[in-house]
Amino acid sequence: MPDQLVFAMEVFLNGLMAGVLYALVALGFVLIYKASGIFNYAQGVMALFAALTLVGIMEGQVPFSHLINAVFGTDVHHFGWHMPALVSILLTMAVMVFLAWAVNKLIFNHLVNQEPIILFMATIGLAYFMEGFGDIMWGADIKKLDVGLPQGINIPIDETTYGWFGYGFFIDNLDIVATVIAAILVVALVIFSQYTKQGRAMRAVADDHQAALSVGISLNFIWVMVWSLAGFVALVAGIMWGTKSGVQFSLSLIALKALPVLMLGGFTSIPGAIVGGLIIGVGEKLFEFSVGPLIGGATENWFAYVLALIFLVFRPQGLFGEKIIERV
Amino acid sequence: MLYREAGDFKTSYVEDSQTFPIKFDRYRYYFVLVFAFAIVPFVINDYWVNAIFMPFLIYSIAAIGLNILVGYCGQVSLGTGGFMAVGAYASYKLMTAFPDVNIFFHIIAAGGITALVGVLFGLPSLRIKGFYLAVATLAAQFFLVWLFNRVSWFYNYSASGQINAPERSVFGVEVTGANTEAWATYLFCLVFTVACAIIARNLTRGAQGRKWMAIRDMDIAAEIIGVDPLKAKLSAFAVSSFFVGIAGALFFAVYLGAVEVGEAFGIQKSFLVLFMVIIGGLGSIFGSFAGAAFLVLLPVLLKNTLVGALGWPTDLAAHLEFMIVGALIIVFLIAEPHGLAQLWRVAKEKLRLWPFPH
Repeated sequence: MPDQLVFAMEVFLNGLMAGVLYALVALGFVLIYKASGIFNYAQGVMALFAALTLVGIMEGQVPFSHLINAVFGTDVHHFGWHMPALVSILLTMAVMVFLAWAVNKLIFNHLVNQEPIILFMATIGLAYFMEGFGDIMWGADIKKLDVGLPQGINIPIDETTYGWFGYGFFIDNLDIVATVIAAILVVALVIFSQYTKQGRAMRAVADDHQAALSVGISLNFIWVMVWSLAGFVALVAGIMWGTKSGVQFSLSLIALKALPVLMLGGFTSIPGAIVGGLIIGVGEKLFEFSVGPLIGGATENWFAYVLALIFLVFRPQGLFGEKIIERV
Repeated sequence: MLYREAGDFKTSYVEDSQTFPIKFDRYRYYFVLVFAFAIVPFVINDYWVNAIFMPFLIYSIAAIGLNILVGYCGQVSLGTGGFMAVGAYASYKLMTAFPDVNIFFHIIAAGGITALVGVLFGLPSLRIKGFYLAVATLAAQFFLVWLFNRVSWFYNYSASGQINAPERSVFGVEVTGANTEAWATYLFCLVFTVACAIIARNLTRGAQGRKWMAIRDMDIAAEIIGVDPLKAKLSAFAVSSFFVGIAGALFFAVYLGAVEVGEAFGIQKSFLVLFMVIIGGLGSIFGSFAGAAFLVLLPVLLKNTLVGALGWPTDLAAHLEFMIVGALIIVFLIAEPHGLAQLWRVAKEKLRLWPFPH
């Protein structure tokens, strides 16, 4: 088999793995958008905030230590304990639920009946606020996140492919774990939304707010629940990305990468988010591999957007989106 | 007392349809112009120009441009930074390719080139709307920044990858380069800002502006009553990009002097200008000025109080600034979705009745 083809296959596989991570972030967007019609730009920052909080709790950092030190002239930074990963994840989840409640109580309850674009801009404001808040609370330095997920090259795949092609594929263990977790997450979400009482209520709200309200479903509760779910997805995404490349500001930029994924898959479709993520992941890796060297490299910065842009011109609702019907 | 139209009789159509029909408004406008042109240049120094006046003037142009697109025509764009970069690089290429032509024309031509690029990236707006369009404009942002970073023709193959504004003068007074006087750069920007504001104001209250607003309010209905969405949307993209391009050219040539594209025209810039438009008020020229002034002054004030007076570390102040800007945007959207411009309008209504409210 020619070398180039084998390399391309490796790139393809790695693209699939990267796509899973994009899909994870996109999933959080879809959840909130379906249930409340809010396009949550802050999803990426939520992932960053969740990861920061997780690290902070694990390391026993004192929240707002920089601020406290600056105001009172003290020098506190650590409580001096190390939490086990599982406990920290649960505590972080509690923080995310509280955040979901606060966001709904303080922001979106006051913006009922506003135009979608106003809600979108409010989430941009929320993203800025949380970015500053996270940095003030936990400090802006790059942190290492290690919750015990396996990392490094996967030996069996390396050896097997070496036996087949005479060239071992480099697949990161972490990516494989991420794929498995993402698959479990999606299955769990589908089961939740199809077979549980709250899941049905969530779908009812997504279908028609007023009809749902009139049969006795509490919109507030559903929205807090959906934001908590999105917070949970953000936490999972934050753990994956944080383990991979450290918890830092650039984590919030993956939200921007998730946007073309959404456009491709359609804003309202969970399978769409997954398929879109995979297409973008594979597409940008293959494009960088094949065309990138010819035109100067670093095409990953824009490929996803241009692909989505061209795609949308032909199919404005995305791959799996509901058909857009307009009435005057 | 002062602010009322009673007794101010209009005897001709020209008077009736002037930009500021109320006498007090008109005098205030003349006063601001005289103040800006005749008094400020004599009293400012380098710090004031570089920290406040020049960013304010340049961002005002950008905000007016974006306001035409978002506030008047309803097409949300997140590509402002990319279009500013087009203006900057176009002016750079023109300035180095035609050194004998006055820089004034370079900057206008840079605006024209940006308008063409804007129309190109505005084409998808005919098919897609709302969020989809907002995300599609991100393609412009990232693609353009990448282009100016990677294709060395755009920065004349310089080793650093930066572009540096060569020294150019208007009427014998240097406005770009290292040896500029504070008042010269200020006046140069001011001329552009005032001209852009007058053009924008008159475009938006004329037939074209009404077409844009019809498209914004409901595009299908607008199409049915005879507004051509193709022309209306693309002209909004063109005019908006023209202003944004001029802002980008001034930002590079006069204000910064040397630019690295990812740093100066990144996605953060797009959001900054969008915030100016939101906080100032969607669909208002005055709002663009108010928003630009607010977001230029806020960091300066915060920095002076937190770092200067309280002695906090700079990074902490920067984070706090993020929080405050974010919170302000949310507060504005909740309390006054129409921004500072609406507060101003309400204040004017109150003034008209004052001191006898009944």
